[in-house]
Amino acid sequence: MTVAATEALGRSGFRSPAFARLLRALLPALSLTLILIAIAYLNPRAISYFGFSLMLNLAIPIALATIAQMFVITVNELDLSIGTFVGFVACVTATWLRDAPLVGILVLLGSIGVYAALGALIHLRNLPSIVVTLGMSFVWQGLAILLLPKPGGKAPEWLLGLMSLKPPLVPFPILAAIVIALVVHFGLMRTSYGAVLRGTGGNAQAVQRAGWSILRTKVTMFALTGLFGVLSGMALVGITTSADANLGNGYTLLAIAGVILGGGEFVGGRVSPIGAVLGALTLALAASPLLTFMRIPPDWQVAANGAILIIVLAARALISRRESDR
Amino acid sequence: MSEGNPVIVKLDGVERHFGAVRALDGVDFAVGAGECVGLVGHNGAGKSTLMHILAGTGSPDRGTIAVRGMPESAYSVARAQQLGIRCVFQELSLCPNLTVAENTRVSHAALRGLGWRRRAAALIRAKLDEIFPGHGIDPSDVVGDLAIGRRQMVEVARAFTVTDQKLQLVILDEPTSSLDTHTAGQLLAFVGRARAEGISTILISHVLGEVLSTSNRIVVMRDGRVVASDAASAFDRDRLVAAMGGARKQDRDTATAARARGDTPVKVRARPRGRPGSAELVAHQGEIIGLAGLAGHGQTRLLLDIFGAATRRRPGVEITDPVALVAGDRQTDGIFPLWSIAENIGIRSLAALRRGALLSAEREQALAREWQQKIGIRTPDLDNNILSLSGGNQQKVLFARALGSDARIILMDDPMRGVDIGTKLEVYDLVRAEARKGRTFLWYTTEMDELENCDHVYVFRNGRIVADLTHDELSEEKVIQSSFEESAA
Repeated sequence: MTVAATEALGRSGFRSPAFARLLRALLPALSLTLILIAIAYLNPRAISYFGFSLMLNLAIPIALATIAQMFVITVNELDLSIGTFVGFVACVTATWLRDAPLVGILVLLGSIGVYAALGALIHLRNLPSIVVTLGMSFVWQGLAILLLPKPGGKAPEWLLGLMSLKPPLVPFPILAAIVIALVVHFGLMRTSYGAVLRGTGGNAQAVQRAGWSILRTKVTMFALTGLFGVLSGMALVGITTSADANLGNGYTLLAIAGVILGGGEFVGGRVSPIGAVLGALTLALAASPLLTFMRIPPDWQVAANGAILIIVLAARALISRRESDR
Repeated sequence: MSEGNPVIVKLDGVERHFGAVRALDGVDFAVGAGECVGLVGHNGAGKSTLMHILAGTGSPDRGTIAVRGMPESAYSVARAQQLGIRCVFQELSLCPNLTVAENTRVSHAALRGLGWRRRAAALIRAKLDEIFPGHGIDPSDVVGDLAIGRRQMVEVARAFTVTDQKLQLVILDEPTSSLDTHTAGQLLAFVGRARAEGISTILISHVLGEVLSTSNRIVVMRDGRVVASDAASAFDRDRLVAAMGGARKQDRDTATAARARGDTPVKVRARPRGRPGSAELVAHQGEIIGLAGLAGHGQTRLLLDIFGAATRRRPGVEITDPVALVAGDRQTDGIFPLWSIAENIGIRSLAALRRGALLSAEREQALAREWQQKIGIRTPDLDNNILSLSGGNQQKVLFARALGSDARIILMDDPMRGVDIGTKLEVYDLVRAEARKGRTFLWYTTEMDELENCDHVYVFRNGRIVADLTHDELSEEKVIQSSFEESAA
């Protein structure tokens, strides 16, 4: 009875771990709301169908890249090449996929295969993923420059059409974000194999002892990263209409920040797909619309963006401390 | 193995080498249906290696494995699972980021498809209810949020869940190391009931009373060999200890002569934070103070508060000397896994090991050597990685780190979890000797035997100190009574 009583105490109330976890889960939504309120205050006209379509335009590729990064982070790895990979995919999409669709599709599928092979290499040879993917970032960049030495190319018509869809009532970027978040949430958080994939990040040895192949889970996660990297690159070129080898370079750090902002952790398999998408939206809004409305000159926007990141991540750290301080 | 029981698993002449170390040196071992085999031996005797081979996570260099009379040539984890052989490993193997139900799914390939969450939750809830009535664990709880005792309960219950494969044998490697007396009793009673249903168990434990009372046959291992195997009724505590070798019987008369309080200065005064109505913990110089009660009732938290008071003032805590902490969960809080043994010992004493602005490697070595001898750390080279040591020896390194430092107050957070009895007795002696020299010890433990070493015992319940027993007043009944008092009301 004593045990039951303590239990009841521990389960409810503001000091319980469940409450702290709820706070952490709500933080991405809270920070997004705060930024939206700030934008609404600075420029009420931005809060409209057209305003959101415009402000969140670039949020789709950022959200996809963030999800890609989240997959590797789930299994305690990091992908420093996602940015240049997105750039490489953008270049392939704007050239081969338009001019010779079959070659383009093969190249994109092949690049997903490369990601899967990297996962196998990192696991089998026990290499640090940071080193391998840092090396790969130069490879992708080099290939992109070979393909498009100077900005150019053109997105395929169907892609342009898709990215400029105007669905009724809800702006396309918001609709796309909801779909991405729900699909990945279902796949990773609700399916039975998703539990095994996340378990690999939590305690790989335990998963292995239960008879699962760690090689398979890691390869799966890296392949998914490749897949979402490809989607991100294609979405990006669908918005910008032409490509440039340096198009995605900023995405590496944005994607990592998005995952962490969204309640994920670098190690331990604690991630949240919905949070990651919200984090990506927050970053996309904070990146330039908010700062432009605040009349911060473009020269200072990158630094201001970093400051916003620090503030939000500090709030997260406070909540995490609360969680461990029981 | 008598009465014509069918043999479930049989190992013949199994050998396993790690470099020059013979972890297993020709072991013959068999388990019959419905048997509970107790397996005892010092750390490093080869018990864990043997269990890894049975569970399929390790493979023998030589020897054969036969299951139900059929020789197994390609034995693996998957094969063991197929044959209904499960293992609860000593180091907990749950994924802390997953819920209890999701962890159940990880160990059952059959829990898939629509509604798997519901089925997994029902499965683990039913088993927890069966083994640990009143456990207070919900299948949707994230494992990382559970206290270590509850995690162990989940892990044990998970091993006994059945989906599509029939359960034959469960290997329990130190299953009660993080459980309090009450839940440990529930588990041992369940092992008895499982036997009646024909499920065999192998019980590895350093709590000899547990092994003697629960198993029907006991196998003793030493230096990679089986040195004794007999019906449990043929053993008693003394014979077991003698068979394991090395350790001598604990002599309670010399344990601690009860001393009058107050002839030495007060070193620690502490009151649990945010728990009005709690008594105060007081420790005088040279005393060994026990922190007792059910696991996870605020003992560790108070120790950490006292530890924190060394660097920053904390309300309700007064200390007058430097403090060192011996962690209980050595994997997460204790060792630096990438460092050598010597570096792991020296980290608490860096100021004393300095020469000018740099660390002196010689002084670090000298400190490590001194404590290697005093505490008996078994290693050929102190520059070896800490992970080359067995669990008990790693724990000795943590003791050496604390005792080798300038700390006058030593906090111990149930540090003997899963440590063999020989090591325990050595450390008890050392603790008493250091206390006589004027060091003060605060010792949280869930084992009654360890409280016998204490001058004063404070019993915790729901974060409060509810009883203060002197050495003479101490008895198991009193501790249990104080731990549970509320439930009677």
